[in-house]
Amino acid sequence: MATITAPTPRGLPAVLRNRAVAKLALLVLAAAILVPLANARWASGSWPAALTVDVSEPLTTASTWIIDNRDSHPLFLYFFGHISNAVVVCVRAVYLVLLAAGWAGVTAAAALVAWRVTGLRLAAGTGVAFLACGFLGMWIPTMQTLALMVVAVLASVVVGALLGLASGLSDRMDRALRPVLDTMQVLPAYAYLLPVVLVFGMGVPAAVLATVVYAAPPMARLTALGLRGADKEVLEAVESLGATARQRLLTARIPLARKELLLGLNQTIMMALSMAVIASVIGAGGLGDRVYQALASVDVGAALTAGIPIVLLAVVLDRVTGAAGERLGDEPQPNGRARWVYALTGAVAVAVAGRLAGRLDWPDTWTLNFAGPVNRAVDWMTDHLYSGVPVIGGTADWAAHFTTWILDPLRDGLQWLPWWSVLLIVATLAWLIGTWRTALTAVLAMAAIGVLGVWQPSLDTLSQVLAAVAVTLVLGFATGVAAARSDRVERLLRPVLDVFQTMPQFVYLIPVVALFGVGRAPAAAAAVVYALPAVVRITTQGLRQVDPAAMESARSLGATPAQQLRQVQLPLARRALLLAVNQGVVLVLAVVIIGGLVGGGALGYEVVFGLAQGDLATGLVAGAAIVCLGLMLDRVTQPTERRAKKGA
Amino acid sequence: MRLRTTAVVAAVSSLALLTGCGAADMTKQTSPFANAQGARTVTLSVQSWVGAQANVAVAQYLLEHELGYRVDTVQIDEVPAWDALSQGRVDAIMEDWGHPEEEQRYIKDKKTIVNGGDLGVTGHIGWFVPTYFAKEHPDVTDWKNLNKYADRMRTAESGGKGQLMDGSPSYVTNDKALVKNLGLDYQVVFAGSEAAQITQIKQFAKEKKPFLTYWYEPQWLFKKVPMTEVKLPAYKEGCDADPEKVACAYPHTPLQKYLNADFARNGGDAAALLKKFKWTTEDQNEVSLMIADQKLTPEEAAKKWVDSHESTWKAWLS
Repeated sequence: MATITAPTPRGLPAVLRNRAVAKLALLVLAAAILVPLANARWASGSWPAALTVDVSEPLTTASTWIIDNRDSHPLFLYFFGHISNAVVVCVRAVYLVLLAAGWAGVTAAAALVAWRVTGLRLAAGTGVAFLACGFLGMWIPTMQTLALMVVAVLASVVVGALLGLASGLSDRMDRALRPVLDTMQVLPAYAYLLPVVLVFGMGVPAAVLATVVYAAPPMARLTALGLRGADKEVLEAVESLGATARQRLLTARIPLARKELLLGLNQTIMMALSMAVIASVIGAGGLGDRVYQALASVDVGAALTAGIPIVLLAVVLDRVTGAAGERLGDEPQPNGRARWVYALTGAVAVAVAGRLAGRLDWPDTWTLNFAGPVNRAVDWMTDHLYSGVPVIGGTADWAAHFTTWILDPLRDGLQWLPWWSVLLIVATLAWLIGTWRTALTAVLAMAAIGVLGVWQPSLDTLSQVLAAVAVTLVLGFATGVAAARSDRVERLLRPVLDVFQTMPQFVYLIPVVALFGVGRAPAAAAAVVYALPAVVRITTQGLRQVDPAAMESARSLGATPAQQLRQVQLPLARRALLLAVNQGVVLVLAVVIIGGLVGGGALGYEVVFGLAQGDLATGLVAGAAIVCLGLMLDRVTQPTERRAKKGA
Repeated sequence: MRLRTTAVVAAVSSLALLTGCGAADMTKQTSPFANAQGARTVTLSVQSWVGAQANVAVAQYLLEHELGYRVDTVQIDEVPAWDALSQGRVDAIMEDWGHPEEEQRYIKDKKTIVNGGDLGVTGHIGWFVPTYFAKEHPDVTDWKNLNKYADRMRTAESGGKGQLMDGSPSYVTNDKALVKNLGLDYQVVFAGSEAAQITQIKQFAKEKKPFLTYWYEPQWLFKKVPMTEVKLPAYKEGCDADPEKVACAYPHTPLQKYLNADFARNGGDAAALLKKFKWTTEDQNEVSLMIADQKLTPEEAAKKWVDSHESTWKAWLS
């Protein structure tokens, strides 16, 4: 691969310049030959009609065939039917166990497990979190979501671990799987709900499978990473002891990769929970469905009431699995096994006690209702901020200005550009930042959009993404720099970022509409809010990791803080900043798509339309275009080395 | 090692036996959350608009408190809900606005869904302007004069044309064709969801701005934001047959209930109640308004209605 091998920082710009010039020259040469040819043959501003393939006809036929044959064709009866059945049986089994344990039993079991895995503080936190779910009046939905998540996470871990094993042990599998996993990680989940629904119908099986598709890749990636990163000397030592391949795997490689495996589990859980709300669009039920229903009646308070348990579950699971990962390699405590037995006995005892007391269901009287105050606060905000604020104007005015001054010109500009020049720009950017491979992928992805016949709406979506990313980066870098300079700012920001990152994307949509009205501006605003935490976090980390010695020498040379930032910190943190851009783009795209629900139009609307009307032709083509767009944006912004995990 | 292999083979084959090597018809699999712990469960589909939530809230309240069922609700869009209903993932749709294609496929051909009778409410879709604007400019209520007001309805999203706001993509709409075929200087802007549309209408109303929107009756929002319908060319049977060439108003539809065929046969008291469930537009609006405007939970709203309308629902239980 023609990667830029990391030379010393001082040498980097020169090398880069030479390479960049060479790349540009090559591109100009290619353009000079190809563009007149393309232009002569298909002269048009938009993607030429001669180069599109109409897939709506076969897709509609396929969709009708599936619906008509779902209850009779062997493929469904003997294959998909069993998968669906297995999911239903598993989810039901877990749900029944949770219900049988009752609220007291579940809370006790969760707290005691947290105690054994980590410590007393987290155990208390876990208990409080579960009780809070009950107090919010969300016990049954929480259990439904939990049952679904348990099954989805287990399935994701099994699938992910198997894929990871395959690609960790075989180089060929690794080469085959890596681009697939890379792609999966940049896909907005919304894009592939439709095909899953079509095969499995609305309901829990479809929701679980969509979640698995979304949550398995990080597990696979980290398993492979762990297996490949195992210490060579240990492996040689094991081999020299005459261990068979299987023994080597079981006794050395897998135990050595424990840390990565646990990190994979952690990532998988977080991804699965973030799907909880999106999956409710296809009938997952539980908490996500409550959020979705509340949003339908513009009830932000109720949406929050159902959203908070999701956030609590996410935080608890994140901390417990994270702490478990950190404690690996500690000395095992004495009589640890006995304490596990105590913990389990305790949990069972509480469950039985609850059962005997006839208190299995959460008591109706023990609920708090805070939807009212929240809604009043939201109403106040919209009353006073929407318009007519002196001097700065209301939020509605900002939204209108943002639309007419930024979004419209950007969209019209992109749509005015001749199609080949868009491809050329994509190629140039991708090649300058990445390698010829990423450039090729990006160009092919962009061309695929044209071939599918959704060039115009895709450019519309692209313009929204670009505008939102620009805003995100300005705000994110500014906040990141502030947080990197002052510990106090960082401490203040951290809990805010934590919460914002685990909130379901859907919850942002309604307040955003109340503030900015309907259209592309609110979609962009929701995307900015969603992507900001990741960008801030990566920027802060990147700036903080800059070699202290370099900073010290800059200071001793008398550089002002601004000079230090511009000439030392930012250049040295270049990689982290590029990563922030890449993450920002991926996250913004995910929400701009959901923005179809608040008038974002373009591809997002077409996916929503496809789901709502069961129209495979529209929905799937738009979904495929989103995939291509995501791929293109990811490759264009991809620094030469693979980035770290998603949502880092 | 040998032993372990045998164990694995045994486990896999017993699993295969248990799940049944035979056919698994996934169109007959119910929700995993149904009928847990011996409770009798009914799963109702709630559509995204509040009127539908009101139907479901009252039905749910009666099923739970009068008949002792546990009720699960799932929010699904209209067309996919038919599919879920035929699969038995949900037991009933309480309010349907007419889907001829699905009726043909599931009721007549597959016989997996049966009609559950009238809901008692008549639905009507139309184009509406706020009443405060219609009072100032009475001629806006005829479609022929809409072009005159196009520039007043302009927004950032509609570009140089007037804005006709549409709601959720799942709703029945011919608006794009209508605008084209009637030669109107308007741009259809999809709010993307009803929630977004309502929020936007309320904001417009607060500033007394003119707007033109796709809307429907019965709807609780009329009580908050009075709106007047714009007359479109009259509806005639079959004038909306070709979706590309529609140039007439929307029909008045008596809203229907639909039940899963198995549930209708074996659903006992619950199925009987849902079949008899029939109320008026006023009843529905009363409950909807409590949910959407006074922000009561659907359950509280249903309780209030049930407490004050005993004679209505007693008839459904007999």
